[in-house]
Amino acid sequence: MYVYDAFDRTLVAERVSEFRGQVARRLSGELTEEEFKLLRLQNGVYLQLHAYMLRIAIPYGTLSSEQLRMLARIARRYDRGYGHFTTRQNIQFHWIKLEELPDAMAELASVGMHGMQTSGNNVRNITTDQWAGVAPDEIEDPRVWAEVIRQHVTLHPEFSFMPRKFKIAVGSSSHDRAALRIHDLAFRLHRNGSGETGFEVMVGGGLGRTPFLAKTIRPFLLKRDVLSYVEAVLRTYNQFGRRDNIWKARIKILVHDLGAETFAKEVETEWQGIKDGRLALDPAVVADVASRFVYPAYEALADSPPDLAQARRADRRFSTWVDNSVSNHKIPGYAIVTLSLKPEGGTPGDATAEQMDAIADLADRYSFGEIRVGHEQNLALPHVAQRDLFAVWRALDKIGVATSNVGLVSDIIACPGLDYCSLANARSIPVAQEITRRFRDRDLAHDLGRLHINISGCINACGHHHVGHIGILGVEKNGEEFYQLTIGGRADEEARLGTLIGPAVSYGEVADVVEDIVAAYLELRARPDEIFLETVERVGVEPFRERVYATR
Amino acid sequence: MTSPLDKKLKITGPVLITANRLADGAVIYRTAHGGWTTQFSGASVVNSAPAAIALLDAAIADDVGAVNAYVAPVKLDPDGRTRPGNLRELIRLAGPTIELPQAAELPVAAG
Repeated sequence: MYVYDAFDRTLVAERVSEFRGQVARRLSGELTEEEFKLLRLQNGVYLQLHAYMLRIAIPYGTLSSEQLRMLARIARRYDRGYGHFTTRQNIQFHWIKLEELPDAMAELASVGMHGMQTSGNNVRNITTDQWAGVAPDEIEDPRVWAEVIRQHVTLHPEFSFMPRKFKIAVGSSSHDRAALRIHDLAFRLHRNGSGETGFEVMVGGGLGRTPFLAKTIRPFLLKRDVLSYVEAVLRTYNQFGRRDNIWKARIKILVHDLGAETFAKEVETEWQGIKDGRLALDPAVVADVASRFVYPAYEALADSPPDLAQARRADRRFSTWVDNSVSNHKIPGYAIVTLSLKPEGGTPGDATAEQMDAIADLADRYSFGEIRVGHEQNLALPHVAQRDLFAVWRALDKIGVATSNVGLVSDIIACPGLDYCSLANARSIPVAQEITRRFRDRDLAHDLGRLHINISGCINACGHHHVGHIGILGVEKNGEEFYQLTIGGRADEEARLGTLIGPAVSYGEVADVVEDIVAAYLELRARPDEIFLETVERVGVEPFRERVYATR
Repeated sequence: MTSPLDKKLKITGPVLITANRLADGAVIYRTAHGGWTTQFSGASVVNSAPAAIALLDAAIADDVGAVNAYVAPVKLDPDGRTRPGNLRELIRLAGPTIELPQAAELPVAAG
């Protein structure tokens, strides 16, 4: 966990007080909507189809049990008893009343939470690997660097009114769990030939109407230079990014138009002027930030306790769940447990207040009071002793978050879509729900293996459809919902944008088409362990296209 | 005063003015009497651009009562009853098309 200090607490409390005054003036008519809109957006407050929506940041996806209980309280007291975990390590409440928002925000502030910079043309919540600090394959905890950057850009006046929003991610593992290449700016910690750790810097990624994967503009950046480099990139974007056309305002367009090499030269010029100034990181400052990430007092345990093996033999469901949802931990005797928020027929990423409270209790009992939130819209208990796995599974199963479908066909990433969102053209959630019903056969799902489906209800791509193994994009045609399908996308260290397989299909046909794609995969795969992506890479899109459109 | 929408607004059928209520974001409809209602059936339905623009101008002027007022299509049933003219407006009126999460379905873990 990260321990916030008095400065952080004061900042958040002052923001609540300020927003309370702004809401009062808006409700009295002293502020017009035009004046108020920017202010509410700066606090993560949107207006959606049915109500206001409050988006709350979960920095680097780390939550304490106290914070999760507070989210449950917010859900119960100010919303309709549930919340929606997003694809950027945030949570959204979709039924918030403006007049009650200041009270809700004050309660959130009491546990160090807020909606600052979860909206608006600023640096958004900085995301990272949800397994940060516990993943066996990481070089060091990336959250330290995310926090260093967060402190610098929070309410930074120069970066509060950029051409468009700006998303930063930090990763530190060989396997990219933070979808680095789809971010405006991303840092990947790695070791150079001399064994020194530093960052690969990637810039200009983003999905939306014009999707691009980020390009590497600096293969190795010393850690001391990370803040000055962030500053140089943001200044370059602020100076050259377009403000005349919202569809061309993201940094990905600038990088594409200039070319990554030219953009990198502009950054380099800016950076040379500031790299040895006040932004050069003092190791003591970094050490101070790092010291506030408190790690559990792990017990000295051995891996694979005998009781675990016995429980697995005794209960097939449990054993399947262990294979699917339990991952290796860097500390012997411990495990990372992923909690699926994707039950059959459910809404991807939704959790009820009761589930949140129960998970918080389980985190206290079995995971040192800590919970993680991943961009796949699932949660994790990051520090579970392997000897406790059976008890944890039974408790998770009771509250409906132990579906053994992590990374499988029904672990669907989906935006709220037209059921909630004022930007959406089509629904996402019922499409996801229908697909999970079509693949309710667990044996089939496990036979299919890793298969990520991503659904967005509009071209803004909050469901990251471009990087889904199967991507589904909702569009509107003559007042009707239609869906374009892509295949072959991926968001990991080998990130790739999917390829469109053909004309859009109607709402009623989407699940049929997904079934056709899956059937084609089963026929085309070279061997049972060749995953969907490998088959697409080997045979290309055409056989899938033929299968889907032959009879349509 | 001429509305900036004057030249853009094309009306091809019956329409109404809808918005969200400032204090809580609830979906509301402009009435014939210059007020707002949460009842779809209470909305003023008009059939011409000038009438829609007049309603919209008045709705926008009420910046404290409502947010984000706009013209939305309406469908007329054979019996003369009105209903939302597209899926978006239907969802705004009736709520999400999915079942919302229910606490009662999910027993709290024993611990």
